[in-house]
Amino acid sequence: MSKALLYDATMCIGCKQCEGACAQQNKLPYDDKVAAESVQSAHKYTVVMTKDDKFMRRLCMHCEHPACASVCPVGAFHKTAAGPVVYDVWKCIGCRYCMVACAFNQPKYEWQSLNPRVRKCIMCPDRIASGKPTACAEICPTGATKFGERDDLIQEAQQRISQSPSTYLPRIYGLHEVGGTSVLILSSKKVEEYGYPSSERVGETPMPEYTGRVMEKIPDFIPVWALVLGGVYWVSHRRDEVAAAEAEQKNGNNRNGGAK
Amino acid sequence: MKIKLTFWKIVFLVIMALGLYSTFVRYYYGLGAISNMTDQFPWGLWIGFDCLCGVMLAAGGFCMIGAVYLFNVERLHSVVRPAVLTAFLGYLLFIVGLLFDLGRPWYIWHQLIYMNPHSVMFEVGMCVMAYTTVLFFEFLPNVLERFHLNAPIKWIKKIYPVLIVLGILLSTLHQSSLGSLYLIMPSKLHPFWYTPALPFLFFGSAIAVGLAMTIFESTQSAKAFGRHLELPVIVELGGALLVALWVNALLRFEDYFHRGMLGQIIKPSYEAYFLWLELTLAFVIPIAMLSFKKVRMSPQGLYLASIFTVLGFITNRLNIALTGFETYVGHHYLPKWTEFSVTLMIIAMGFALFGVAARYLPIFPEEEHAVQQSPRIEPGPVSVTAVLGHAGD
Repeated sequence: MSKALLYDATMCIGCKQCEGACAQQNKLPYDDKVAAESVQSAHKYTVVMTKDDKFMRRLCMHCEHPACASVCPVGAFHKTAAGPVVYDVWKCIGCRYCMVACAFNQPKYEWQSLNPRVRKCIMCPDRIASGKPTACAEICPTGATKFGERDDLIQEAQQRISQSPSTYLPRIYGLHEVGGTSVLILSSKKVEEYGYPSSERVGETPMPEYTGRVMEKIPDFIPVWALVLGGVYWVSHRRDEVAAAEAEQKNGNNRNGGAK
Repeated sequence: MKIKLTFWKIVFLVIMALGLYSTFVRYYYGLGAISNMTDQFPWGLWIGFDCLCGVMLAAGGFCMIGAVYLFNVERLHSVVRPAVLTAFLGYLLFIVGLLFDLGRPWYIWHQLIYMNPHSVMFEVGMCVMAYTTVLFFEFLPNVLERFHLNAPIKWIKKIYPVLIVLGILLSTLHQSSLGSLYLIMPSKLHPFWYTPALPFLFFGSAIAVGLAMTIFESTQSAKAFGRHLELPVIVELGGALLVALWVNALLRFEDYFHRGMLGQIIKPSYEAYFLWLELTLAFVIPIAMLSFKKVRMSPQGLYLASIFTVLGFITNRLNIALTGFETYVGHHYLPKWTEFSVTLMIIAMGFALFGVAARYLPIFPEEEHAVQQSPRIEPGPVSVTAVLGHAGD
């Protein structure tokens, strides 16, 4: 069973306490200036956005099949059994493939650093391991961000939609997107208006499958192609050898003939 | 020793000076200071040109090795050494480019210990590492011959069939995998360039550009080093290039046709202008030129057609790496001048090293008898930057 976060935008009051708690948890700077920033960055893993008095949170979606983990050449990302997609900085070589591969643009980079790290929400894996909810869920005064088992949260989200269908759009963002995510979003406004990619755009196929379809053929391709190339080499050079041998034989015959 | 400063030598020195300044900025202030890359545009000119185009431009090595040693087309023999030299330098400079682009280049060796076999980047990295090693051994006989070390040449000759097969195998894998890198971005890369056929298109373009680059460097070094140009060889390569261009064009058409994109690519749009530029340079002009026998038989015609081909496919890869993301990101990316200057420095190093190698190593075949038969194209003293000196001819 894996953990997840359910964010219900209709319950959010925009207090940004989740931002502060996240910064504290991850030892990031947080003051009024950072609070006013409306975009995520290397020092702001989560952001609460405002549009027409409605709020929306953004954070790493913690995909069930994360693209970042599949593309990283040194395996610096992996999805833990508990749900979080975590980052091992000591492995990272800084190729930034995770950043271009992520459909939600979550990994951010320390562009000003000389030993830069990729930064994103890691869903408080240490807190989860000790049985606590994430920092953002714990501090949320209204329960807009709720921590729990993914399956339970899906059930609860479905219940909320069916109980007040006029409040919610009839969808749980993250339920099927890119094969499902560990962050689920309920809202009355389309999440796309806040910069989330549309469901149609990202599709329901787990991202790693796009490259996996090609990568899985490579172990078969290598021996077959090596054999073909070796075969071509053998044939094209064999022709020369045969020609040379025949020429020699001919020469030999001529010489023999001449000696008679 | 008196060093004469020509125009191109001064250009070379200016490029190197600016490049060294940018290198200092890169390693003293970081990626943010030197580049216009951002969280929205994490891959810029260095991935687009130095990596994607660099590897493509170095494809002549495996193409010529394949033609001459694998298919045993003996008459093309004279272009193998320069092609292998270009490839070897190309891959070394690709690695230099990576050292600029990687955020933590000092951990580049992690690739060898923390392997993730699901990653296309891992596969490209391993192939490039292995192929550069193969190229080293394919290039080494030049150096050994220069110093008359015959014993090691014999050892290398013994493993040559293995090197050849391995080199082409690795090239097939990583040339196509550079395209596979982008397969994971269906929601980001513009549909003009995102296609499941990317690995095939990248491999196809590598072969076309490999042929074009071989024509280009043969003609160019004939000019620069005042060598006799072996016209029949580049005429034959020109014919092969025409076929390769048709195959590539057909692949592109099939791809757009099957994805129902033909209607969209003819409608004017920001991306369409770049696509048209790419298709005109890579296909329309060189195919039209090479279709005339007169052009196909003339050194100037072949030279120009090969330049158009190379520029066209460079445009193609820059479109994939940069143009294709601009609509998704919502703003344009223009490299900072320091990014350009690093790229220029790497190119200049390539020209200079080619010049040095061509001067001191037996890269080009001996031509005592050839000299008498036909006049040299442009006689002149060979210098370290001779190739560079004629780069703009």
